[in-house]
Amino acid sequence: MVRVEFLGPINKEPLELNISNLNELATILQGDEKMNQWLENSAVAVNDMMVSSRDTALKNGDKVSLLPPVCGG
Amino acid sequence: MLELHDGSLDVSNILDRWYKQERKSNYGAFIPFVGTIRDEDGIDGLSFDVYEPILESWFKNWQEKAHKKGAIIKMAHSRGDVMLHESSYIAAVFSPKRRVALEFIDEFVEDFKASAPIWKYDLKNTERIYAKDRSTAIAGSGILK
Repeated sequence: MVRVEFLGPINKEPLELNISNLNELATILQGDEKMNQWLENSAVAVNDMMVSSRDTALKNGDKVSLLPPVCGG
Repeated sequence: MLELHDGSLDVSNILDRWYKQERKSNYGAFIPFVGTIRDEDGIDGLSFDVYEPILESWFKNWQEKAHKKGAIIKMAHSRGDVMLHESSYIAAVFSPKRRVALEFIDEFVEDFKASAPIWKYDLKNTERIYAKDRSTAIAGSGILK
């Protein structure tokens, strides 16, 4: 299983999903109306490393994090 | 050095501590930046969520860049609520000469604003409202859309 966490203001409970890459996660989240406003402006990390491609492979035990727009300071 | 504090930062204490840590390290320049919550738009204060694992790796990367220039960076940030006229953010660069520190603090604070995994909320009438309009999408965002 892959754990998917939604950080900051997304305010959504984590998911445990049987997926093998980010393309599959994209398809699942695109079907969630509440996620539409976040998908276009959120960055993605796998095991706390930022990733830039949807083809990123996932394996059992991985953690995916969605990071919406930031504003520290 | 990266410090996270619950609530507002004790500016005098932090700057004094950092100064004392480095005053004999032969740095000719110490340039601090202190961010203070301003009274505007009717807010009572600000509140922050911090994602520590990625903040730590982001900071480590900057510390390595600083070391290459003979400099060091220190940073403190708040978690949770910080009220008006209190501080939520301090960054400082120590370097042998002033020019490196002056340039580095600018680059560092700008990238902090654009990339550090911290989320800001306005505190208004007991509500906590995401500061969406003032937030920046991290480079590379949108791959799942």
